[in-house]
Amino acid sequence: MSYALELKDLRKNFGQTEIIRGVNLAVKAGERVAIIGPNGAGKSTLFNLISGRFAPTSGDVFLNGTQLKGKKPFEINRMGLSRSFQITNIFPKLSVFENLRCGLLWSLGYKYTFFKFLADLDDANARTDELMEMIKLDNKRDVLAVNLTYAEQRALEIGITIAGGANVILLDEPTAGMSKSETTRFIRLIKEVTVGKTLLTVEHDMGVVFGLADKIAVLVYGEVIAFDTPEAVRSNALVQEAYLGSPDQQDQAGGH
Amino acid sequence: MASKHSSSSQVYKFEPINVGRWLIWGLFALVLISAPLVFTSSLGQMILTQMGIVIIICLSYNILLGQGGMLSFGHAVYSGLGSFVAMHTLNAITAGSFLLPVSLVPLVGGLAGLFFAALFGSVTVKTAGTPFAMITLGIGELIWAMSLIFPGFFGGEAGVSGNRIAGSSSFGITFGPQIQLYYLSAFYLFICTALMFAFTRTPLGRILNAVRDNPERVEFVGYDTERVRYIAFMVAGFFAGIGGAIAALHFEIVTSENVSGARSTVYLLWTFLGGATFFFGAIIGGVMAVLAFVMFSELTKAWLLYLGLLFLFMVMYAPGGFAGLIMMNLRVAAFGFLRKLWVSYLALGVTAMVALLGASVMIEMIYHLQFDGALGDELKFLSMTFNAKNFDIWFGSGFLMLTGLGLFELCRKQFLQEWGEIQEDIENEIKRRQALS
Amino acid sequence: MCASFFVIMEFFTISLLNSISYGLLLFMLSSGLTLIFSMMGVLNFAHASFYMLGAFFAFTIAKLIGFWPALILAPVLVGLIGAGFERYFLRKVHALGHVPELLITFGLAFLLLELVQLIWGRTSVDYRIPPELDGPLFTVYGTQFPIYKAFMMMMALLMLASVGWLIKRTRIGLVIQAALTHPETVEALGHNVPRVFMLVFGGGAALAGLAGVIGGNAFVTEPGMAAAVGPVIFVVVVVGGLGSLAGAFLASLLIGIVQTFSVGIDASLLSALASMNMVLTPDTFGYQVLSLKVSQIAPIMPFLFLVLILIFRPKGLMGKREG
Repeated sequence: MSYALELKDLRKNFGQTEIIRGVNLAVKAGERVAIIGPNGAGKSTLFNLISGRFAPTSGDVFLNGTQLKGKKPFEINRMGLSRSFQITNIFPKLSVFENLRCGLLWSLGYKYTFFKFLADLDDANARTDELMEMIKLDNKRDVLAVNLTYAEQRALEIGITIAGGANVILLDEPTAGMSKSETTRFIRLIKEVTVGKTLLTVEHDMGVVFGLADKIAVLVYGEVIAFDTPEAVRSNALVQEAYLGSPDQQDQAGGH
Repeated sequence: MASKHSSSSQVYKFEPINVGRWLIWGLFALVLISAPLVFTSSLGQMILTQMGIVIIICLSYNILLGQGGMLSFGHAVYSGLGSFVAMHTLNAITAGSFLLPVSLVPLVGGLAGLFFAALFGSVTVKTAGTPFAMITLGIGELIWAMSLIFPGFFGGEAGVSGNRIAGSSSFGITFGPQIQLYYLSAFYLFICTALMFAFTRTPLGRILNAVRDNPERVEFVGYDTERVRYIAFMVAGFFAGIGGAIAALHFEIVTSENVSGARSTVYLLWTFLGGATFFFGAIIGGVMAVLAFVMFSELTKAWLLYLGLLFLFMVMYAPGGFAGLIMMNLRVAAFGFLRKLWVSYLALGVTAMVALLGASVMIEMIYHLQFDGALGDELKFLSMTFNAKNFDIWFGSGFLMLTGLGLFELCRKQFLQEWGEIQEDIENEIKRRQALS
Repeated sequence: MCASFFVIMEFFTISLLNSISYGLLLFMLSSGLTLIFSMMGVLNFAHASFYMLGAFFAFTIAKLIGFWPALILAPVLVGLIGAGFERYFLRKVHALGHVPELLITFGLAFLLLELVQLIWGRTSVDYRIPPELDGPLFTVYGTQFPIYKAFMMMMALLMLASVGWLIKRTRIGLVIQAALTHPETVEALGHNVPRVFMLVFGGGAALAGLAGVIGGNAFVTEPGMAAAVGPVIFVVVVVGGLGSLAGAFLASLLIGIVQTFSVGIDASLLSALASMNMVLTPDTFGYQVLSLKVSQIAPIMPFLFLVLILIFRPKGLMGKREG
């Protein structure tokens, strides 16, 4: 059985401090995994390790069976992994349309071409239109990204992430800073646009987690202390102790 | 004027409808063809040719600065080396050892620019942002210092000279007369402008914009930013080389000044003042550069000082350059709000003039005392004669300058407020139109 | 044989002493630059212009009152100008990003050059070493080592020691260290971070000004001095690694040594080959390059270093923070 994403004994030190201490994780294709854990557990660092932003101190990441050691972010992206960022990371001086189109140019094979006009790339333009509709920003086609509202920018962020058709998507706190209603709408959007893809998302909102994920990985002090279905994780004593708190608090946070 | 709202200019690039596009390019060609018929003097045609040269180089520089967000302090290296290679080629043609029509010498310069950009760019683009700027400075100094060490290629202190009437001439065109050279430069100007404009509308051109905005994100959509910047660097070097080659043909001499840091500074300054955020800004910059050098320097010896002040002012208050100012005001005008601002603009203009008057009197007096002291204490300025050592004049002009500055600041705050209100009105109008459609 | 040994030793010792004094001067300049960069993320293009200002101010003040008052007043003046620039100009473009910041400091450099030329003229001024510091300190193998060079080294070390002490041991130094990486937190704790920025920029400018006071009369004081030393210190900070004081120190000494030593070496590859009994004629390919004396390429040594570092270690010798 080959996994879409596999982490084997992944470790990362920053100077003397061990942030990630031997993470083992195996995610099947099409699974939706939520990574939860207290602040400072190393969730963003884990994402950075997987996407190639940092190099691991030891251990390995395998994408569809291929080792990712030493690969640069763009190489990993070309292999089918894409990520979003906790702090919105879009192209502020480009329009919504341009933002999305930039996200998919490489995947359509246009590479470093400078002898074809963008306006003539029918497949790119058509796909960009599709994407805009998917993330519900089609009425903001020519608005500069810097002028969008926060929620719209987050939607654009997701749009750029999925534009290239990657099969493994990493979402880093996608709903950070959103209101309750915005979050509900956004989760629905995420579900729609990531049909059939392998999804890893870092989340703090337990409601989101229990509604979205097939499996939950609990990261505490750089180690995965549990990786199981939501119900199993909920009742896991270790997890309760480390993170979720007492049963009463869980019910208050409560899933759907 | 720059404010938090300045980024809300609606469209990044001008996208007129197709007919409009043909019209603009046609107009451009028409202007190029008819310009020497309006400015018939030899001096006028020389100025036009020089403008063509500087425009090509500034446009090439803007590929780096405006499109790619790469601030280079050493662009003259590529235009200058293009000049040197072109000059050597020209001399080889004269000597008969190389067969090439003079009209193709600019292409040789372009290839030279491309070659050196490929060579030095390979290490330069390993970094970005501030280190990149410093490295371009370092390589610029390196080449300039080498130009004094290798007289064989660089011609030592005298430089390398040549004669553009060389080789065979077809249809009696030797490019000796200025008007013939002008049309050659106009031809290359048109082609290069069109090519560089086209470049902005290609996948690489757009990704280059993305690299400017957010290089980290670009990596995560599958692009190697270093490679993107490297290719852009080479494209810029190519066109810079073409411009440099035409300069070699025009001046018929190339010296180490052509690769100096001072020269790079000129391209940086005027591309920025023209407006780096719009394609045509570099064209404006090129025109202004030559006009300033030819005309402004005649007006006052202190023109570089004024230029420096203008530059500082623009960086702080109008980072989009003149092109940005034009576009922002066009946008306001398109919504019919421009007439609301005319009082403010008038106030700004008047107070600026007052401050400028006071400052310029003082500057001119200092210049006179410093450099023309042997001519006596009297100087003529603005058709007035006064004594440079007269304390009353010092006090008066100082007072004038300070009052002008103070009032200008007040007017500016008022203007910003009005501008902000108008921007809001425009936003509301846009929403209203969207709701209707 | 004995004679040539002494000649070499003399050359070596004098050059070493000169390199260290030059290198320390470079470090005085590059340390201020590095501090400003580490703190504010902006590379002060006008840093060499502050050096120039310090020299010219010292020249005028020394003419009026004397060298020793100038040693104190000139850096203070330059520091005030630097602080004023940060407060009223640089701060305004801080939010726009690194390119506008670099552009505005570039504009300042341009402007300062024009102003200096306006006030003091376009040629060099006669800024001299004060008579009490003029003369040889000691003689080594027949060559004199001037008192003033020793004074320069002493001042540089004193200055750097006090800045180091200031940063590591005083309260304001702690605030600076904290604001280096966490400006928002420091502000939340009630410290006036913009004022700290202004202090650091002004302090860096004052350091550069002091370097100008000391170096201006040892070397030449002219409007072109900023453009002469500017690129070298930028190379120093890039080679050392942007943001690293230790790297700047290493690179300053390295470049000081390389440049000073190479100025005195009149050998070339040609002469080296000749000593091996391989004589080449001007017709040989590459004769021009081979006949180059090391002393001739001394001016480009720093930039060759730059290219080498870029090829083998783009982040610099001890690079930490990228621009």
